[in-house]
Amino acid sequence: MATEETDHEDGVQAIDPDDVDTEDILGSAIERREDPALVSGEAEYTDDIQKPEMTHMAMVRSQYAHAEIEEVDTSAAEEMDGVVAVYTAEDLDVPGNLPVGWLLDSLEQVNHPILASDRVRYQGDAVAIVVAEERYQAHDAADAVDVEYERLDAVAHPGEALDDDAPVIHEEVGSNQAFDWEIGDQEATERAFEEAETTVSLDLHNQLLIPNAIEPRATVADYHPRTDELELDMTSQNPHVHRLLMSGVIDHPEHKLSIRAPEVGGGFGSKIHHYADEALTALAAKDLERPVKWTATRTETYITDAQGRGHETTGEMALDEDGNITGLRVHTEANMGAYLSTFAPSIPTYLYATLLSGQYEIPTIYCTVEGAFTNVPPVDAYRGAGRPEASYVVERLVRQAAREVDMDPAEFRRRNFVPGDGFPYETPVAMAYDSGDYQKTLDRAKEMLDYEEFRERQEQAREDGRYLGVGLSAYIEACGIAPSELVGELGAQAGLWESSVVRFQPSGTVTVYVGTSGHGQGHDTTYAQIVADKLGVDYDDIEVEEGDTDEIPQGMGTYGSRSAAVGGGAIVESAEKVIEKGRKIAAHQLEADPEDVEFENGEYQVAGAPDRSMTIQDVAGASYLAHDIPDDMEPGLEATSFFDPENFVFPFGMHAAIVEVDPDTGEIEFEEYVAVDDVGNQINPKIVEGQIHGGIAQGIGQALYESAEYDDNAQLTTGSMQDYAVPKSSHIPEIKTASTVTESPHNPLGVKGVGEAGTIAAPQAVVNAVVDALEPFGVEDIEMPLTNERVWRAIHENGGGD
Amino acid sequence: MYPAQFEYEKAGSVSDAIDALSSNPEAELIAGGHSLLPTMKSGLADPDMLVDIGDVDELHGIDHGDGSTRIGAMVRYADVADDDTLREEAEVFAETAHQIGDFQVRNRGTVGGNIAHADPASDLPGAVLAADATMHVAGPDGERTVDADDFFHGMYATDVGEDELLTAVEVPHEGTAGAYAKKPNPASGYALVGVAVRLTMDGDTVTDARIGANGVMDHGTRLPDAEDAIEGTSLSADSIEAASDAAGSTLDEYMVMEDQQASAEFRLQLLGAYTERALAQAGERAGVL
Repeated sequence: MATEETDHEDGVQAIDPDDVDTEDILGSAIERREDPALVSGEAEYTDDIQKPEMTHMAMVRSQYAHAEIEEVDTSAAEEMDGVVAVYTAEDLDVPGNLPVGWLLDSLEQVNHPILASDRVRYQGDAVAIVVAEERYQAHDAADAVDVEYERLDAVAHPGEALDDDAPVIHEEVGSNQAFDWEIGDQEATERAFEEAETTVSLDLHNQLLIPNAIEPRATVADYHPRTDELELDMTSQNPHVHRLLMSGVIDHPEHKLSIRAPEVGGGFGSKIHHYADEALTALAAKDLERPVKWTATRTETYITDAQGRGHETTGEMALDEDGNITGLRVHTEANMGAYLSTFAPSIPTYLYATLLSGQYEIPTIYCTVEGAFTNVPPVDAYRGAGRPEASYVVERLVRQAAREVDMDPAEFRRRNFVPGDGFPYETPVAMAYDSGDYQKTLDRAKEMLDYEEFRERQEQAREDGRYLGVGLSAYIEACGIAPSELVGELGAQAGLWESSVVRFQPSGTVTVYVGTSGHGQGHDTTYAQIVADKLGVDYDDIEVEEGDTDEIPQGMGTYGSRSAAVGGGAIVESAEKVIEKGRKIAAHQLEADPEDVEFENGEYQVAGAPDRSMTIQDVAGASYLAHDIPDDMEPGLEATSFFDPENFVFPFGMHAAIVEVDPDTGEIEFEEYVAVDDVGNQINPKIVEGQIHGGIAQGIGQALYESAEYDDNAQLTTGSMQDYAVPKSSHIPEIKTASTVTESPHNPLGVKGVGEAGTIAAPQAVVNAVVDALEPFGVEDIEMPLTNERVWRAIHENGGGD
Repeated sequence: MYPAQFEYEKAGSVSDAIDALSSNPEAELIAGGHSLLPTMKSGLADPDMLVDIGDVDELHGIDHGDGSTRIGAMVRYADVADDDTLREEAEVFAETAHQIGDFQVRNRGTVGGNIAHADPASDLPGAVLAADATMHVAGPDGERTVDADDFFHGMYATDVGEDELLTAVEVPHEGTAGAYAKKPNPASGYALVGVAVRLTMDGDTVTDARIGANGVMDHGTRLPDAEDAIEGTSLSADSIEAASDAAGSTLDEYMVMEDQQASAEFRLQLLGAYTERALAQAGERAGVL
């Protein structure tokens, strides 16, 4: 498959869509149509919604990470001004147990009640809720609920939780092991290590991260007792999934439950999951027959939003005498938190270990993963979800292996890449890569960095007592997780298709309904570009609707970089069905055989008779007028599709950083950051660039700044932005981007997904660069985040620096 | 989080504010609110009453006098940072204000609020010490002045009494050059370590050095050993290195602050490095290096 290159080292210039012809709109870097409302404050978020007679809910949360609940006294709170109701677990008359949507053979499914009744298992676990007329009254009354606890020992780290003497978090399980899982060929891998010329090993810690969506989670619930309809506006990445799950949790029929996601201010995965809070808001509204609003405080997002990563891993690589990788062995202890969140079991297993082959031909791989219950909030998908952890393990080991065999890391990678003519490529960990040309992205990155010249400069600088380093990150990710049959075999309790409706209005404008649910990605723009291209309809005549269970037939939502690959595929299928129906109507009206009617640029035309033509808008009008359409045809022009792709898509690329490290302070300065990404065809290069930039910023956040830290009592010590370092613009270097384009064969657009690429690629590019810079000090690894102190100590302990 | 309930009163004058403080021992002054409001929202402070002094005319304005400049307590950081005349008169003070927080913080936070709050990781205390500023304090018994070296007592503790308020900071027009070198905490932007320097030069020779550090001890602290090491020397990379080596030499490591980002040992390491950077920058500005 051909790979094309594009270069935008100086950044992509956004274009006014009015300056682009419809036939060129797909692939144009047009401005995002959603931005004027978002930046002016006109956009409506959940917390902006006001309803008559609306009340406010506040949560009573455990301040302890692990404790028995002795008594909950709500009497003082109930007496307070404005308090409408106080509920504890006893007052709930519903199943109230949050489900887990991905099963593994060895998985211990534990109860996850929406209100704790006997025991709390993390700081933030909810014990009671208070509903009041005003938000302040609700919070004041929540503070007045008196809970008596008997504290228990707590544990925050998976390794410690799996120790025999660790406090057991779910007594019915008997230990803290949530699951024990393996993939690959153990025997062949053992043999590879026995026969290896040399091996390398690293203990790698992939720290827990807090997602930090800019908008906290929120819900407004409104119940109509006469019709039994329960309407929720909420911060959701997947309203239909939330509706299905919630209908069971609160025992309300799915068809009487509507969920709408208004504008949603980011999620990074944290708004996929079904939490207790949203269900409790719904229950309170139903019970009180009044609207109820709940909006998390920032403090609550820090202690209750599902966190990400949290791996403790030992990785080993076997090598032959020529520097070829002959085997990979990985053991990971994964932090699952106090309960199993919605898709939690899939993240450190199928979304992690299946990517351990990276971009390399590795003859045999064996990986074991133990999931551990701990006293931290549930851990689930966070931007990248398993794939950053895998890429980190592979690329850190590759750096170490190159050093071990005394080979430049770029040359070591070249030698071990899956070759360009090796696709489709079956890995030893159950993946079939669709397409790629890894050497090309490496070559491009080296060229952008002036790699050979850098190595000379590095040598010279070391003689002057300056420490420069280059770090490479050859990443691969699996996005657009599919097909449904396969994911079902892997344990998913859901299909992973996507649905769409493409509907013409009689006047010739178009509305597209899609089951994905954007929350900052720019879907209104990119989906309209797809439809404008397919139907030949003016971009401004197309409206995109997402995130509403009442309007959109079904949907699986937005996560895992799936929207363009799967949602886009569903849109293309519906558009093609519309075109085919329109062809029959046009043929009827033009008195031609449908097979002789061609469709191009929005116009149906009888082949060889240019004067016999009709626009698709006129066809739409005719379809609704229905005075003169084929006899066997229903009126109207719209189509519904459910698209289930044949496989994942596999974006890949090469990120590289050049840094300078100050040995006296451990400070890291970026000299260069280059990103060469292959995300397949690009619908909108400006949006692709923005996703890459944002992803890299988040990846640099993990590499250098962010970490959810817990003390011995499993209390979060980085519980606000005063202590948890979310990277700021001044922390992020200038980023030079370039692309190669290798079409994916697995969806009609040839797209691969881009939302997570930067987050997956960046951490090991940065860490490898720092380790490269510090090679003269013998530094082999530094634990993320690479704080100045950790870097300084690594140097200092090896006799360097002041 | 949500703060507890409180009363709010807007003071029209300094004496109004003093009356309010005298009549209610639980009352707190609020200026820009950048320190007090977060502590109220996190439950660390719950004053019964807030007395807002933001609109008191007497507390506003920068008055450039002959030998010193008087900066009203309610002057915003941005107004100090952008004052070119002040930069000529007391470079270290203007430069430090320029490095506080970000645009939004500098447009809202006040000089007096910062100094009176005396957060050990805040930026201005070091500049107050390096610039040898004089604090004007008003109370029920009238106004008094306090020297910089006597002003900061400890963490969030100053010489300002419970029923007193800081009305102005008077900065002398002294020194040849000033600089502030700051290592911001990557999360909060507060100083992990910040070193403010004012050098008075006679040719290449340092005739007087005042160095104030933030973020290291429980309050803004002079670094007398570094000052002694550089005073009387001809300013050079060597003399600067000697001064930086001396910067933390007599500080008690047990009293040095520690947090998530930096241990006491590493803070002292940073203190040396940032003293070096501040001195080098001041030297460059003085035209010596």
